[in-house]
Amino acid sequence: MKKKTDIICRAVDVKKTYWRGKVAVEALRGVSFDIKRNAYISIMGPSGSGKSTLVHIFSCLDTPTSGEYYLENALVSKYSDEELARVRNIFFGFIFQSFSLLPRLSALDNVALPLIYRNISKHERIAKAKEIIENVGLADRMLHRPNELSGGECQRVAIARALVNDPKVIFADEPTGNLDSKTGAEIMEIFDHLVDEGNTVVMVTHDVNVAAHARRTVKLKDGLIAND
Amino acid sequence: MIELLSKFTLSFQTFKTHRLRSFLTMLGIIIGVTTVIAILSLIEGLNRTVAEQVKSIGSDLIFLQKFSWVSTGHRDLDKLAGRPDLLPDDAEAITKLSSVEIAIPQTSRQLQILKYKDNEVSNSSLAGSDENYAWVNNYIVESGRDFSRDDVLHRRAVGIIGSYIATNLFPDETAVGKDLHLNGHRIKIIGVFKEKGTFLGNSLDDFILIPYTVFEKFFPRPRGTLWSRVYGGYSIGIKAKDGMKIEETIDQVRELMRRRHGLGFDKEDDFELNTQQILMDLYQSITNVGFIAIVAIAAISLVVGGIGIMNIMLVSVAERTREIGIRKAVGASNNNILAQFLIESIVLALVGGLIGIVFGMLLAWLISAVSPLKASVSFWMILLGFGFSASVGIFFGIYPARRAASLNPIEALRYE
Repeated sequence: MKKKTDIICRAVDVKKTYWRGKVAVEALRGVSFDIKRNAYISIMGPSGSGKSTLVHIFSCLDTPTSGEYYLENALVSKYSDEELARVRNIFFGFIFQSFSLLPRLSALDNVALPLIYRNISKHERIAKAKEIIENVGLADRMLHRPNELSGGECQRVAIARALVNDPKVIFADEPTGNLDSKTGAEIMEIFDHLVDEGNTVVMVTHDVNVAAHARRTVKLKDGLIAND
Repeated sequence: MIELLSKFTLSFQTFKTHRLRSFLTMLGIIIGVTTVIAILSLIEGLNRTVAEQVKSIGSDLIFLQKFSWVSTGHRDLDKLAGRPDLLPDDAEAITKLSSVEIAIPQTSRQLQILKYKDNEVSNSSLAGSDENYAWVNNYIVESGRDFSRDDVLHRRAVGIIGSYIATNLFPDETAVGKDLHLNGHRIKIIGVFKEKGTFLGNSLDDFILIPYTVFEKFFPRPRGTLWSRVYGGYSIGIKAKDGMKIEETIDQVRELMRRRHGLGFDKEDDFELNTQQILMDLYQSITNVGFIAIVAIAAISLVVGGIGIMNIMLVSVAERTREIGIRKAVGASNNNILAQFLIESIVLALVGGLIGIVFGMLLAWLISAVSPLKASVSFWMILLGFGFSASVGIFFGIYPARRAASLNPIEALRYE
């Protein structure tokens, strides 16, 4: 029973092949990988090594060509698009390099966005989003739109959005890539703090300094794990 | 429901950011719905006017005549002229039928000019009938008196004039008691009818009524021309009994007339029974054609509007590819995305429809303000306008929405 709940994500010999025109690109060539509760993992590797693909499969944005992917012991690699959307909504939070906020919505509405797809009343959505956005220190900026916020503030909004649905795993794709080093360091402090609070964080990064924050670093090369 | 409402308000935000673009997109729908509402309300107005007028004939009135009011194709005058004349005797016989309240003989002719002192009117009608004419034809004697049976039987040269003649010939004095000269014959005015208005553009008040017996004496019918043999002579106005089905009255009259004309069972009728219904039927068959033409025009303009909507929705989907990726990443299902874009196109079309309805009503109102046409906007037209535009929104929105929904989230996220 303990083991069942300890491992959140488990990939078994996952392969992924893309077709770029008529050329097959083997992005992943057999990766087995577990993510345990409260893990703090950084995934590194040169571009084309398959790290993004791996994260896409972990985060259910994509499905493997072969191999199995389990989420809390449920085989999700065969799920339909609708089921995968639901899984993403309930299990994961996403943070992207370019923040990926909706420009027409206020910071608060951006944070509340994942809750829309959970049939939660507007009142509850706003209450929950307010609470989270206050936690990331943007209480006085929550009605501003993304173009009125600095890069660091945008990324905080993105983090708040990733946290609003109490995710089991938070995926961050180059979270400091678009930020100056000082702001980047502030963001990393937030991640550290999140892990201390018991959250599970998986980052994709090029930056060794960023990777150094993680407790576990996985290096990918040519679609295989080179170093764990 | 609240969810749906908030989605609708969300799509309004989209339009706010692209005001001009949204307006131009809606223009096709606006023009389409405006046209339809304006034309439909004008047709409806016309329908009401005509229906009122035709009803003013009276739904319980049947006119026994040689000719039908409505004929398809060529009218064979020779054949109609050969039919036996209808006579006051016929009216008397018909009055005795159980389903008939009363039947009266009616005849008329055109008068060239009517003069009284310095005033004159031209082209008035002269009608000949009996003392029941006013009652049967819904006229009210406003001043003076109606005919009596004696006026008719004793061929008294008396007449009742319509209000048009009264106001034009006797603007400053009372008409009752004055004498009029009709083609050299003196007629004493004993009454004036209350104004009745117009029927299909013709005044119903521009006539003089005299006893048919006097009419026969002063204006014997020229028998020579084909025209007068068909349209001169008498027609019999028949008022059905209250609560009687008019078809039953028609059947009784037909049977009686066939007997009186000695028609064998294999011979066709040599008379016609006209009612307001056949006029209504004729009018409706004409407007139905117009109606179909309107629907066709509406369909074309709505298709054009719909294509505009589809076009702009495709642009919108392409522009917001990244947004779709983000929404999908945070848990939006294909159906959520489909609904979002479909609602946007429906809102776009509905807003266009709403503006079109308002413009259409304004246009109809404007036309009826500056022309004799009367517009009448009904609730069903507004529903139709909404229904049409909503269907356009759905029909032309479904493809772009599907396209948005089927986007791969990873590729959508990568899109810059």
